[in-house]
Amino acid sequence: MRMLIALLALMLGAPAFAQPAFAQSALPPAPYADRQIDDPALEKKARTLMETIRCLTCQSQSIADSNASMAGDLRSQVRERIMKGEEPEHIRAWLIERYGDWVSYEPTAEPILWPLWAAPLVLLGLGLLLLRGRIKRGRRS
Amino acid sequence: MIAEAGLAALWLAASLALLQLALAAIGLAGGKSELLGAVRPVAVAQGGLTAVAFALLITLFLRSDMSVLLVVTNSHSMKPWLYKFAGTWGNHEGSMLLWVTVMGVAGAAVALFERALRRETHMATLGGQAAISLGFYAFLLFASNPFARIDPPAADGQGLNPLLQDPGLAFHPPTLYLGYVGLSVAFSFAVGALLTRQVDAAFARAMRPWVLGAWILLTLGITAGSYWAYYELGWGGWWFWDPVENASLMPWLAATALLHSVTVLATRDALRAWTVMLAVVAFSMSMVGTFLVRSGILTSVHAFAVDPERGTFILALLGIYIGGALALFGWRVGAVREGAPFELVSRETMLVVNNLLLSVILGLVLIGTLYPLLTEAFGHKVSVGAPYFDRIAGPIALALMIAMIVGPLTRWRRDRMREVTRRLAVPLVVGGLVFLTLAALAWGRIGILPFLGLVIALAVGVGSIAPLWKRNLRRTPLFTWGMVIAHLGCAVSLAGMACDSALTVEKLVAARPGDTVETAGWTLRFKQILPIAGDNWTALQADMEASRGGGEPVLIHPQSRFFASPPTTTTEAALLTRWNGQLYVVLGQEADEGRWQLRIWWKPFVTLIWFGGFLIALGGALALVGRERRGWLLKWRARKAVEAAA
Repeated sequence: MRMLIALLALMLGAPAFAQPAFAQSALPPAPYADRQIDDPALEKKARTLMETIRCLTCQSQSIADSNASMAGDLRSQVRERIMKGEEPEHIRAWLIERYGDWVSYEPTAEPILWPLWAAPLVLLGLGLLLLRGRIKRGRRS
Repeated sequence: MIAEAGLAALWLAASLALLQLALAAIGLAGGKSELLGAVRPVAVAQGGLTAVAFALLITLFLRSDMSVLLVVTNSHSMKPWLYKFAGTWGNHEGSMLLWVTVMGVAGAAVALFERALRRETHMATLGGQAAISLGFYAFLLFASNPFARIDPPAADGQGLNPLLQDPGLAFHPPTLYLGYVGLSVAFSFAVGALLTRQVDAAFARAMRPWVLGAWILLTLGITAGSYWAYYELGWGGWWFWDPVENASLMPWLAATALLHSVTVLATRDALRAWTVMLAVVAFSMSMVGTFLVRSGILTSVHAFAVDPERGTFILALLGIYIGGALALFGWRVGAVREGAPFELVSRETMLVVNNLLLSVILGLVLIGTLYPLLTEAFGHKVSVGAPYFDRIAGPIALALMIAMIVGPLTRWRRDRMREVTRRLAVPLVVGGLVFLTLAALAWGRIGILPFLGLVIALAVGVGSIAPLWKRNLRRTPLFTWGMVIAHLGCAVSLAGMACDSALTVEKLVAARPGDTVETAGWTLRFKQILPIAGDNWTALQADMEASRGGGEPVLIHPQSRFFASPPTTTTEAALLTRWNGQLYVVLGQEADEGRWQLRIWWKPFVTLIWFGGFLIALGGALALVGRERRGWLLKWRARKAVEAAA
């Protein structure tokens, strides 16, 4: 049935609609999984970071919008570390060390990703080159 | 018998497709034009047979025929009839049959209703459509037979996932498929025109309604899908840059570019090769998107891959069709004479800018979606998601919106910079005022993209109506109204996105029944929590009263639903829509000491996102009707004139 959900989700053009029940852990939920930090500035910082961390047990969702227990654990971790005064990028580095580059939706500056960042410039440049010959320049009739 | 009849209809349809291709090819290449007369009837018969096969599969689902494997694995006799019906395409084989049916029926429609195209190009187009269909018939008959029987029959079916038992299933996938596959007509037109070397303004006018039709359906399908994900997922997000969503966005971007370039070709007989290229790319994106994702290559996280044989089959089809079309393009492009070059300040140039920016966004979405696949091949797993797409495609999309203000206010052929600037004055002033107001009120408190988004949305809102300025509104052609409304829809949608991203207020609390929660001007009184039961689910439902500013309280009921088979928990969000936004309340898990997790969002103007999408589709529909009606009127007048002369 999971395959069916996934296939359908594909067909519908929407991410899978729900987590299977076994993803909901029987353990008590992590304290800050669904609890905001009292200081709105810190909560905003945590929220911004959570939106760029991948939920590893979901299909293409960030931990900021997933029901999976793993996402809840990570949300709690992120909030607790932010409250201790850690910088978001430091937490990201810690998560990457633990789970690999895959956990971060924010592409890093590693050489393997350089083409990705160069792509917009290359595409725009190519487009302008193609365009150049098509337009009359400085000619008046 | 029904299943056997369905399979027979499918085999017959496939044979007719082969015949259709052979007749067109021999008729055109061998100069036997007497054969060409049979192409149209064969195409109509082929389309009719696919429709019969599909209708028979629906019948099997409605009757819950448990001797058919597909029905057993995907349906259940106790299901409401709507979900038996919609469940027909809620699986791989059924959706493939839907794909082939849409393709066959679209081909029949081209055979019956296309009158503007020259005869040879028309026949070549029908040959092309048959050639594409053949590949998918083969895939269906050899690797995904929907009519396979099992012996002995099962007692009952395994059921359709209850989650998908939503009226959306009846509407959303067929709409999207009609859009995807509708683009196959543009693809076949392009192939046909390349074969007969007849790429000109008349060709563009013939192709335009088909492109518009597919584009309208794609727009509706994507808008509906986004809203479905929004209310069903329970986290208030409406776009996730998921590969699946990107797969539907890419054909839409290509079709949008094609829509604009085909207008340049129809009006000014320019951008010939480019328009043909875009027509090839648009349907290729439909195939790449749907099938790469479906073959399981893209999201390796999930083990939902169809089996390897099917994956290989799909890749081979993609290679043959896209590669073949591109090879044909490369071979024949030299024979396609380019139109005259443009003046720098002209509508044509602005439409080329539109095409350039849309193509760049398309390229970036494609690269971003496939890049993780590429790095994985080098043993390095990375994720490319919202942060990349927002940051890279966002600014380009905003530039595109600015071009959208300028384009309609620029004349065809040649315009003067000073005149254009004068016409742009009002939108520019509005944009400037919004910029200053926002800067004074919210500088540094909202992100740069939402900030610019709001400014540009309001400027586009005003700019999109500007083409109507000083015109007699009753004599303005319907297709001009269509353009104005579609562009206004883009502004409305952008405003919704910017408001959602800049102004949403989030509140996560653990509350006991009896507690009162205050957020964003709303007061929520949590009255009680009750177990309730539906047809095939049980739920915990929270009864709450929501009121704003001392107004009349409204009852809302967020639920947490449990399904036994398969074991699944879903959240049913409670949505309260007001003119200026939506209150979105979700009941989460039980916390300690009898408290419940509540997630509450106030999302100002979020509904504008989908209302804008609907406006865009409506604009497309007006343009389609306007163009077609004008064609009929012209023909009618010409006939009258001929009769009067005789």
